Amino acid sequence: MAEHHIRCTVNGQARRGIVESRTTLADFLREGLGLTGTHLACEHGVCGACTVTVDGRAIRSCLMLAVQAEGATVTTVEGLAGADGTLSPVQQAFMDAHGLQCGFCTPGFVMSVTAFLEANPDPTDSEIREGISGNLCRCTGYQGIVEAVRLAATRLRAAEVGA
Amino acid sequence: MSAPAAGRYVGQAVQRKEDPRLLTGHGRYVDDIVVPQMLHAAFVRSDLPSARITAIDVSAALELEGVSAVFTGADLNPGAGTMQPSMMAENPAAVVAPLTPLAGDDVRFVGDPVAIVIAESRALAEDAAELVVVDYEPRDAVASMEAALADGAPLVHPELGGNVASDLALPEDPELEAIFASAAHVVTERIVQHRHTPTPMETRGVVASFDPVTDQLEVWLSTQGPHEARRTFARVSGLPERHVHVRMGDVGGGFGQKFFTPREEQTVVLAAKRLGAAVKWIEDRRENLLAANHARSDVATVSLALDAEGHVLAAKLDHLEEAGAWPVGGTGGVGPFVAMLFPGPYRIPRIWWRSRVVWTNTAGRGAYRGPWMFESVAREQMLDVAARATGIDPLELRRRNVVGDDEQPFTMATGMTFSATTSATTLEHAARVIGYDDFRAEQARARAEGRLLGLGIGLYIEPTSTPAATLGVEAATVRVESGGGVTVFLGTAAHGQSIETTMAQVVAEHLGVAYEDVRVVQGDTDRTPFGGGTGGSRTAVIAGNATREAALKVREMVVGVAAHLLEAAPEDLEVHDGVVAVRGTPVRNVSLAAVAAAVHNAGTGLPPDVPRLLEATGRYQTSSPTWSNACHICTVEVDRITGQVEILRYVVSEDCGRMLNPMVVEGQVHGGVVQGIGGVLYEHFVYDDAGNPLTTTFLDYLVPTAAESPRIEIDHVVTDGPNPEGVKGMGEGGAIGSVPAVVNAVADALAQVGATVTEQPLTPVRVVAALEAAGA
Repeated sequence: MAEHHIRCTVNGQARRGIVESRTTLADFLREGLGLTGTHLACEHGVCGACTVTVDGRAIRSCLMLAVQAEGATVTTVEGLAGADGTLSPVQQAFMDAHGLQCGFCTPGFVMSVTAFLEANPDPTDSEIREGISGNLCRCTGYQGIVEAVRLAATRLRAAEVGA
Repeated sequence: MSAPAAGRYVGQAVQRKEDPRLLTGHGRYVDDIVVPQMLHAAFVRSDLPSARITAIDVSAALELEGVSAVFTGADLNPGAGTMQPSMMAENPAAVVAPLTPLAGDDVRFVGDPVAIVIAESRALAEDAAELVVVDYEPRDAVASMEAALADGAPLVHPELGGNVASDLALPEDPELEAIFASAAHVVTERIVQHRHTPTPMETRGVVASFDPVTDQLEVWLSTQGPHEARRTFARVSGLPERHVHVRMGDVGGGFGQKFFTPREEQTVVLAAKRLGAAVKWIEDRRENLLAANHARSDVATVSLALDAEGHVLAAKLDHLEEAGAWPVGGTGGVGPFVAMLFPGPYRIPRIWWRSRVVWTNTAGRGAYRGPWMFESVAREQMLDVAARATGIDPLELRRRNVVGDDEQPFTMATGMTFSATTSATTLEHAARVIGYDDFRAEQARARAEGRLLGLGIGLYIEPTSTPAATLGVEAATVRVESGGGVTVFLGTAAHGQSIETTMAQVVAEHLGVAYEDVRVVQGDTDRTPFGGGTGGSRTAVIAGNATREAALKVREMVVGVAAHLLEAAPEDLEVHDGVVAVRGTPVRNVSLAAVAAAVHNAGTGLPPDVPRLLEATGRYQTSSPTWSNACHICTVEVDRITGQVEILRYVVSEDCGRMLNPMVVEGQVHGGVVQGIGGVLYEHFVYDDAGNPLTTTFLDYLVPTAAESPRIEIDHVVTDGPNPEGVKGMGEGGAIGSVPAVVNAVADALAQVGATVTEQPLTPVRVVAALEAAGA
């Protein structure tokens, strides 16, 4: 099995590793870099649990090969909170609105929602439901998650106006 | 009735202690565990539903560099102990399938594990698994209960001599037949609930490490019950329980699938023991859909006899339950429980039932949120069938039959006694919130425009915290640490239920400390008291009351020490937020930290009559279930062209006693309801007639997304539960009431044009077929 040296920026830090051609970005993040916040729940691109951003776009890291991330800027769920543990606005909204229970799908949702609200800062409820329909959750019935997205959008817009 | 007041902490929607780590990627799930020299496992699974194994060639797999071992049944089955859970293992009368770690001479469903490959990486283990060559002699399989019950059907388990695992029935009842013969109305239907599967977002997984020098087995497990897992691993491996240590970290959902300890996890433990090594197995999604326990798959023929006013006089229930090949948790047979609970919240004076459990060459049945809930599915659908037959409105029909809040305790004709439920109240509340009469008017207007709207009711009572074996008891240890902080040790096993939060609330309330100062430890057999596991809607009642008792005992100890330090009488002291003060003279106080310091320091010189310990264990034991109840009502629109069902509104009126944390309660209801909706409309695990599974990805097995899920409106009816904390269990209920509510709503919409459905799932195809059959 051919091996490749790769370099990329993950959560603001230059990282490197040696991967097989077939190694997914998700496996590289989890096993190569020890960033276990990215979760694998289907490994066939449906559930969204492994969502990270690559060069600003939300992608499913189970469907991307690690070698494709060569030179890219990757953000995982570990990269959202402040160094002191201060939650990002999206993370805080999930906590305030009970947008998680078992937490396994949560990193994927948080990453998807972060990217979604950057693209659509003022979504309607049906846009929110459509926007997060690429992520599966089995615990919450999505009600707390939809509420969290609404709350995060409101707070982010308020912060924008105040800035 | 008046609602009990919330406490300073109990009853408050405090934020969850679990959230910061889970939101930042700092949760620790089983796949995040790495131990030194850890190897990885992959299973070779049968791709035939029934076949004799004629040869297994593992040589090519073993030649692959990095492969440590390939074990087959010949290696791991001899000497393995029973794989059944304690409840079955300790019951000599239990009928169980002859389960072995790996397949023996034959395979009995697609997914049956034939070999386990151990290698230095997961990818390599999977590569090697593909190199294992298994020769099969295929046999005819039975892929449905109908096929299994046919004359001359091939046997799933030849050792057992038949495909019926159990057949229980009440004796023939001439009086009941006489009631049916003379009743004003008799309705009979065949009710079908299809097969689905729990699909927690985190699949199953285990890391097992065995040290042959110390004979110590260390296990990290994705589970709903580490203590039961420990007993299971001890039995299967032959190790004494004290040499088995089971830990769990965060667990990504279970819904019953992880309540008992499944076959693969036990097999991995045996492989680790055999190798004297650490082995990790993380199930992939295909395996989870294919081979982790499935659920539901019930058929019943139900008859109701009613008088002219719509009072139910008698019922007959002939129930078939599919166990699959290797059910998890015994036969999977909840059948008798379905029959016993069939009357639910209604007066049904006489009942006859038969309950059969059937083996098939399919994935085994196991627990799934409300395992017996088919009773509500069958009963509530039949009440709507009866409503249409009698011309009585379905809400009114339920009013005439429901047991009043003040008519309890009430003993069902099946012998089950329930008490302290409020079905009649929740029925009225839900009807009011949905705007029942207004909806009926809207439905008529829509009908005039050619649109089909429908409303469905699901009314149920739920026996939570049932006292079956180890499930009826739980212990909690509360300890004030040397610095004054509080740690609680619980035998629970949270996998989404917010137990770290709710049990900290209970301790903060009753010990008198700040919520922030309490930490809950669970999921570790070396550190926590024995517990029956988290499931069966049992944690709030059983662990909650054990925790309360432990907290009150420790509070008494704290007060005893403080009384000495403050030179006051214990009965004059009060404890709030970590400060003990003389009632009425708050300046005379001592902090919990100072109390703890006094106890942990010999120099303080506490006299002998003062407590020397700030730690206590509480135990709660129950001898009868705690009943909770709810009424679900939803409204739908059915598209006449496409057959698509859209949920318009969804209302739940529920009574789970005092809520420890209303935010958590509502989250549990939301999640349960959407699982129920998913089951009715989308989720269907399909086998073809030959026994081949057709839905082994998330592209085929459809879990609902946010786009299909309605907003759920919740109305709380709060009455005291029959225990010191006043709580009632509620984790499963959302998934129980939602199924009949949605089915009945669709049936109500279709009935307007003469179409009927009594079989799930209600896919567009089935709905269109029903409309076409009615010529509508």
